[in-house]
Amino acid sequence: MSAAPLAGRQARAGLVLALPSVVLILVFFFGPVLYGLWLSLTDFDLYAIGDPSAARFVGLGNYAQALAHPDFWNSFRVTLWYAIVGAPVSVLVSLGAALLVDAQLARWKPFFRAVYFAPVVTTLVAVAIVWRYLYQPQYGLVNAFLGRLGLPSVDWLGDPHWALPSILVLAVWKNFGYNLLIFVAGLQGVPRELHEAAELDGASGWQRFWHVTLPDLAPVSLFVSITTLINYFQLFAEPYVMTQGGPLKSTTSLVLLMYEQGFRWWRLGYAASLAFLLFALILAATAVQLWLQSRRERA
Amino acid sequence: MRFASHLRVGVVVALASALLAGCGARTNGPVTLRMWAMGREGEVVGELVRDFEREHPGVRVHVQQVPWSAAHEKLLTSHVGGSLPDVGQLGNSWISEFGTLSALMPLDAMLSESGLGRDAYFGGIWDTNVLEGTTYGLPWYVDTRLLFYRRDLLQRAGYREMPTTWAEWRESLRAIRKLSGGKRYGVFLPTNEWMQPVVLGLQSGSPLLAEGGTRGAFREPEFRRAFTFYLSLFQEGLAPTLGIQEIANMYQEFERGTFAMVVTGPWNLGEFARRLPDSLQGAWATAPLPGPDGPGVSFAGGSSLVMFRHTAHPKEAWALMEFLSRPEQQVRFWRLTGDLPARREAWADSGLTADARTRAFGEQLLRTAPCPMVPEWEEIATRVWEQSDRAIRGVATADTVLADLDRIVDKLLEKRRWLAARRAAGVKGS
Repeated sequence: MSAAPLAGRQARAGLVLALPSVVLILVFFFGPVLYGLWLSLTDFDLYAIGDPSAARFVGLGNYAQALAHPDFWNSFRVTLWYAIVGAPVSVLVSLGAALLVDAQLARWKPFFRAVYFAPVVTTLVAVAIVWRYLYQPQYGLVNAFLGRLGLPSVDWLGDPHWALPSILVLAVWKNFGYNLLIFVAGLQGVPRELHEAAELDGASGWQRFWHVTLPDLAPVSLFVSITTLINYFQLFAEPYVMTQGGPLKSTTSLVLLMYEQGFRWWRLGYAASLAFLLFALILAATAVQLWLQSRRERA
Repeated sequence: MRFASHLRVGVVVALASALLAGCGARTNGPVTLRMWAMGREGEVVGELVRDFEREHPGVRVHVQQVPWSAAHEKLLTSHVGGSLPDVGQLGNSWISEFGTLSALMPLDAMLSESGLGRDAYFGGIWDTNVLEGTTYGLPWYVDTRLLFYRRDLLQRAGYREMPTTWAEWRESLRAIRKLSGGKRYGVFLPTNEWMQPVVLGLQSGSPLLAEGGTRGAFREPEFRRAFTFYLSLFQEGLAPTLGIQEIANMYQEFERGTFAMVVTGPWNLGEFARRLPDSLQGAWATAPLPGPDGPGVSFAGGSSLVMFRHTAHPKEAWALMEFLSRPEQQVRFWRLTGDLPARREAWADSGLTADARTRAFGEQLLRTAPCPMVPEWEEIATRVWEQSDRAIRGVATADTVLADLDRIVDKLLEKRRWLAARRAAGVKGS
């Protein structure tokens, strides 16, 4: 048997084996994406649901309309808050909790891992009911605690200034457990010998963290920070169940705006254009993140 | 596998026996109707439906409760997905939208057969169910807005009765304001609600939208007159420049006499009775809205019963709608929910007219006008208060605001103009 037919057979086998997933991705991913792109160039709306011929091609009209609309820029700002404050806080909380769980002194590690992971697997709607009680202005636990300290009570979800931070706290609490597990796995991959060598060289705990743990965690951190940033750019469920985007649209993220435009007012064309604007935003943010990372590595 | 085949046999046996039983008992067989109802109505309608099932042994009704906050989305998604139920409750401001989508069954044939019609209902409310001459819904319960006022404060200002014209009304508000040394306001009209400016517009005869609902009519003299009056209440300090959430507790402020009147709806009959102290219970009353030159119209709201177009059981669905529209069922429904009955007969039959405060609603309901029946209305209404608010706060003049409003609304309705033009061209072409 010569080498060429073998390579050909292998290539064919590979193709056959890959085909199912390639087809699935084409049909269920690229198909809808292309359809969405087409939708975003039309004014597909309520009237077009009843009669598809009522949809018109409008070119980039939806994009121009979005970029000229104050609601878009309001949601843009809100989304940046979620992403730029929420994502780093979430990653830091995860890392901190992971270090605690992984600490040599810590006992009952599986128990703590389970406890921190519990919010991730709990349904958000159930969580939201409890958190709404916590935030309740008159008899909520948070305000009761503030009252003990002699501080005035706050209408957490009803005040346009406080609603966004309140949602962020909930989102961080709900989601940090997932990254915690990834960090714990990463920490367990840091070779013991490196720590021991550093200890012999007289490095302090802080120095060991900075020069041994952190560099070893770099790939994990990059993965975690990118996925978390993307998740916070796409924050939807938390404001949807807690505030419906209010008060005064102060918690309306871009995805929530898209949902409202698409499924409340049925401007599907316009909503699709918002989706692609969000895609561009996330792409840009991720590119910046990768660039920062590569610059740090070169330095 | 084994379980599945057992299941299949079981299903076949069950179906066969059901069919046999159906054939033996009656010709139309056992039918399950699906019904969606919202909020409190969804909770209690099950009780009424049990009696319907007793009357119609071949029909079972499965009621699903839908929360109001998710109702609109769920209805539309189900329409697109083809999973709407047979019968449903629909806020009457949504009828035009679902009618446009061809999601609703026209009821005219069934109505003429049953003898049920506009005469049995409050006319203005009935009209919200009619779209271009076709009836799509039966009013189930009604909702409107009128004045809740402090009779004691009004009397002290020298009025024994609530005035019925705009001019007298404004005069009475001035008297209340003056008597309190400028401490009290006459009336609370939340600046972030569309209802008040829109109702005043309806009162002065404005159609709100012109040319078949394709353009705004806010610069026309009718709306301008109403808007000038509305604005003057704020400019003279007769109404506070506050949104609804800027007043922490409306009932408390009403009790304190911060304002002597407020325009609100029937649900507050119970709330006022419950929340105001005993000492004030004799002092508050309700009255129909004043109008430009005598009693004015108010908003025609409420919910209707509709049949969705793809139902497989229109006959049974209609029977259920008819059952729920019977005067005695309407009275029962009112007792369970506090929702005001849509059938006028139900008012005569019950204790509704005995209570003076409720009677004012009955009187107002004889004078109602529908808001424009276009799917875009909800968004237009939002723009109305947003723009009015600018004029109230003095950011822009009335002229600018009304011109802006027409411009914004014209833009929102661009699609309707295009559709109308296309329809006209299509008719000519064929």
